[in-house]
Amino acid sequence: MHRLIDEVFLSRFGDPKTQEQHDAAVVTIGSARLAFTTDSYVVRPLFFPGGDIGSLAVHGTVNDLAMSGARPLVLSAGFVLEEGFPIDDLRRIVDSMASAARRAAVRIITGDTKVVDRGKGDGVYINTAGIGIIDHQLNIVPTSVRAGDAIIVNGDIGRHGMAIMARREGLEFETAIESDSAAVSDLVQDLLAAGVAVHCLRDLTRGGLASALNEISAAAGWGMELDESSIPIRPDVYSACEILGFDPLYVACEGRFVAFVPQNKADATVRVLKSHTLGSEARIIGRVSDDQHPLVVLKTRIGSRRIVDMLSGEQLPRIC
Amino acid sequence: MKFIDEYRDGISARKLADAIRRITTRPHALMEVCGGQTHSIARFGIDTIIPPEITLIHGPGCPVCVTPIRLIDAAVDIAARRDVIFCSFGDMLRVPGSRKDLLTVKAEGGDVRIVYAPLDAVTLARKNSGKQVVFFAVGFETTAPANAIAVHYASERQVRNFSVLVSHVLVPPALEAILSAPDNRVQGILAAGHVCAVMGCEEYIPIARKYRVPIVVTGFEPVDILQGVYSCVKQLEEGRADVENQYKRSVQEHGNRAAQELIRRVFTVVPREWRGIGEIPRSGLGLTEAYRDFDAERRFAVTASADGDPGECIAGLILRGVRKPNECPAFTTRCTPERPLGAPMVSSEGACAAYYRFRRLDGEARPQLADSTPCPQLN
Repeated sequence: MHRLIDEVFLSRFGDPKTQEQHDAAVVTIGSARLAFTTDSYVVRPLFFPGGDIGSLAVHGTVNDLAMSGARPLVLSAGFVLEEGFPIDDLRRIVDSMASAARRAAVRIITGDTKVVDRGKGDGVYINTAGIGIIDHQLNIVPTSVRAGDAIIVNGDIGRHGMAIMARREGLEFETAIESDSAAVSDLVQDLLAAGVAVHCLRDLTRGGLASALNEISAAAGWGMELDESSIPIRPDVYSACEILGFDPLYVACEGRFVAFVPQNKADATVRVLKSHTLGSEARIIGRVSDDQHPLVVLKTRIGSRRIVDMLSGEQLPRIC
Repeated sequence: MKFIDEYRDGISARKLADAIRRITTRPHALMEVCGGQTHSIARFGIDTIIPPEITLIHGPGCPVCVTPIRLIDAAVDIAARRDVIFCSFGDMLRVPGSRKDLLTVKAEGGDVRIVYAPLDAVTLARKNSGKQVVFFAVGFETTAPANAIAVHYASERQVRNFSVLVSHVLVPPALEAILSAPDNRVQGILAAGHVCAVMGCEEYIPIARKYRVPIVVTGFEPVDILQGVYSCVKQLEEGRADVENQYKRSVQEHGNRAAQELIRRVFTVVPREWRGIGEIPRSGLGLTEAYRDFDAERRFAVTASADGDPGECIAGLILRGVRKPNECPAFTTRCTPERPLGAPMVSSEGACAAYYRFRRLDGEARPQLADSTPCPQLN
């Protein structure tokens, strides 16, 4: 995917003014700094424990805006419907989008609908684009990361990916794992309002925590050190990953992010996050090292250290 | 998580590492048989907390890695047929054949599906009577019982549109091939716990005696592996070559007799080609005559030639433990998980993939042990 983006898209679309690769592009119009982003949602199944494609399409785009420190304002919604898609399901999805938008305090103000022939789509695909306003002076991007920064997550990782996986593959665990899908923009705004000089934020979607940290490490040019025992993972997610041979560090979340903040603001950051229900499990999980080799290293539970690498392709369930 | 957390406990692991250091007086080369153990070693950095005198050699126990190219090619050919639903365990999909892998067949429109249990493929066959459903039955003795059940069940229920493409391999003949090779340097073996949960420990006794190597049946978590290393080193230091069972919570001396009976009913021992190693006599399982109708190779009249030149890939040397992945000139340069030259770089259990993921910068900027919790071995 990264190679595809670099070789096909960036080489042709790359704009020198918005070279920083981040979840949203930042554009200055007059005196206003705006964040702009778009994302398409092709999740299967459409409905899963803890959410559906509609709420996901709102949360995902809102979170992409929030990761540049923007306050999300408005969204667009584009639908590609497969002929014969049940109207009741569509109503349910759109209701869910409307409700998610209300909770995230964004308005869905424009949209588009297209219908494709039966068999040419997966029921429904949704694209959302969003605009947010950046009303602070911080530059929340990977290159702002500094040696010594604390790395903080707002909660347990891996729940969304395992919820989808369990439902998609018909795996039955004793407890249903619910997706963590949620809009985290309020948490980010709370952090900024508390005066935390946030250096960088990244949501832990495709590729999970490990991929997010590797991307930032490479872009920032700093190594990172994680402490395995401090990374919050719920026992049911941990168990499901063990059964399938997955590494939870690479499993997607939809309501989780990492924050890079100055070390002396680490405790304050955790306090602010913990005051919010979506951050009640917030934890310091590591620090940016003073090694300029962009490498993410994990201190394991048994006291050794190992690389946490980018994953190539999807994780596939193991034979045994 | 019960039965996991206590075997990943840092204090127990360090105590064991310390105990290993105390009894080690000279260099020893041990081979862990299973790819799952190799990944655990790399993932938890187990080899970095044991004394430097002990070398862990990574064995051939990665079913994905040893499945011959000709069978991958056969799978690719069968999966590409319009009348076929091809089912496989997940990590077979990315293994390159001579032309392409199963994921590519899927991208080209083939109906290739990941299943978690062989019986799921039989269920799929019953639901899709107009299609041929083929399951890629690979693995060591560990997966053989589940695959045998699927074939037996399909036979009982007369599920005629189900078949299996069999590439089963057996551990003991592979160990003998390794131990009898002139360039062998393995002095002790950590046998694969799950294989022994099925087969028991007894078939390893003649091997331990014949080649004078201690064999310790070992589990997969850090504490398991460290206990296995401890037992193996202790035997070597004392000049013993016995079969011991570290993984008693799962392995009984006689194994699982019901599973063995099922394997015997459905499968028969056959010569098998191992990718990168070549043919080993009596080292695989094929369907018995009674179940031959379920043989996909026969049903689809697959004609595939023997594996060709592996090119630059030294998978054979890696799988026999003669070389380590980072000793391969192509490692991380011309061979990466995205563009693998051979199966050990693809599989989640492959030694090359383990080194790539966890250990890529060996000798360059290799991470050192945590300074806050020093391990006695390296101080």
